[in-house]
Amino acid sequence: MKKHWHRRHIIEAIVKTLMMLSFIIVAGSLGLILWTVISRGLPALTWSMLTQTPKGGFYLGKEGGILNAIIGSLYLAGGGTLIALIFSLPIALYLETYLGDSSWGHYVRLALDVLWGIPSIVYGAFGFTVMLSFGLRASLLGGIIALTLLELPIMTRGMDEVIRRMPVDLEQAALALGSTRLEVAARVVTRQMLPGIVTAILLAFGRGIGDAAAVLFTAGFTDRIPTSLMQPVASLPLAVFFQLGMPYPEVQKRAYASALILTIIVLAISLGSRWIAGRLSKYVLK
Amino acid sequence: MDAHIQVKNLNAYYGNAQALKDINIEIPGKQITVIMGPSGCGKTTLLKTFNRFLELTDGVNITGEVLVDGQNIYEKDIDVTEVRKRVGLLAQRPFPLPMSIYENVAYGMHIHRTKNNRDEYRKAVRHYLEVAGLYEEVKTRLMSPATSLSIGQQQRLCLARGLAVEPEIILGDEPTSALDPISSQHIEGRLLDLKKQYTMVIVTHTLRQAKRLADYVIFMYLGEVVEAGPAKEVFNNPKQERTRAYLEGQF
Repeated sequence: MKKHWHRRHIIEAIVKTLMMLSFIIVAGSLGLILWTVISRGLPALTWSMLTQTPKGGFYLGKEGGILNAIIGSLYLAGGGTLIALIFSLPIALYLETYLGDSSWGHYVRLALDVLWGIPSIVYGAFGFTVMLSFGLRASLLGGIIALTLLELPIMTRGMDEVIRRMPVDLEQAALALGSTRLEVAARVVTRQMLPGIVTAILLAFGRGIGDAAAVLFTAGFTDRIPTSLMQPVASLPLAVFFQLGMPYPEVQKRAYASALILTIIVLAISLGSRWIAGRLSKYVLK
Repeated sequence: MDAHIQVKNLNAYYGNAQALKDINIEIPGKQITVIMGPSGCGKTTLLKTFNRFLELTDGVNITGEVLVDGQNIYEKDIDVTEVRKRVGLLAQRPFPLPMSIYENVAYGMHIHRTKNNRDEYRKAVRHYLEVAGLYEEVKTRLMSPATSLSIGQQQRLCLARGLAVEPEIILGDEPTSALDPISSQHIEGRLLDLKKQYTMVIVTHTLRQAKRLADYVIFMYLGEVVEAGPAKEVFNNPKQERTRAYLEGQF
């Protein structure tokens, strides 16, 4: 049974090599990005960057930090995620319960997938137009609404997939024991779906916090931490963008430090979500 | 015969297709009744009318009566959760609830509030796991996820979970068809032990299993009950030509 190199074996070897090559390209790019951000950002990352708002001349290389952007980003993404959650859970439940695999359900899912793919600058421009017609200025509220629109399709489709994977037989198993519908929903279905729902929420949050284009016109930028929904607010992606655009090397280094902070936040969220989902899904039926 | 379940003029339709045709049978108490017949003859459909499960399927229409202890469970003001508490079901494939082994057994007692304190729960969980023949295998890991058990163990867990609700009747919908031979043997042994205390109705499509388990037999064909009677009579001396043909393996 010695192996002979026939055509099909050669084709397999070639395809396998191509697959490995694309993996190396992807993993390598990720490594390169991380390396760039860390090697350039880490030296500029100081305690005052995390704890201070920009002082006068910060963008010329003077004292200060980006606390305004850190807090601003958490406000924006937190608010957007919360409102998106309030809408997307009912939509996902409605999709599954009443539309199911009907043609309407198909159209709604198609619409959500299209929305998912729309570039975020379009959400920003759309939000800006709506705000103008209401006479709103660039504000925390405007940014939150734009991020809500951006996150809504991601979260809804994520939850939809989770709910669709819910085994019917599991509900029946609980019903067979004499459970009421509410007991099935509260004690069984929720426990089965919770890890997936948490993952969908945090995925949307991660997308929202990293987006620059959606908040560019809608949230504006400021050196202060906002105290009301109507004030403009800074965000980390825009802090990176503005600092990188300055002609001073110190400020550009701080841009990389800001990017590093953003990366760490996103990394912490995705690791945290994996950890939470892992803990919650210990009992879940596969 | 002391009938525990009586079925009177029962008809069931999936849309326009009639799945059960004018069923009239009586199922004896504290025995194993086996419903047998070829695939698609309405065995499972009939079984599911006993715990009001058939109505969960879309587009089903049911007419007639099913009496449990003389009470028609299809009457208007019947509490369906109470019906399902009295009539337990062991499904074709085990579906543990997404919780620990312990919580799976305690679940039914929690929702029906049959126990008062932690100690009573603990004792009851142990008792029903023992009855289902699973306790020795899981006693050191009661808090592990139920999904960590093998499929045969899961089915015994589902048996323990069902018994913990304290039913009078246990339905089995081909309860061993997804299991390996050893696990099947386990389950069959448990069912034979339990018939002293419970009325059991088991659907099977394997004739050999029917012969091992049955005290009473119902033979169905194309939505009708062809013949029903004590197992010995039906197996040794079938009255109907179709029953004879089935027993001889003609279909």
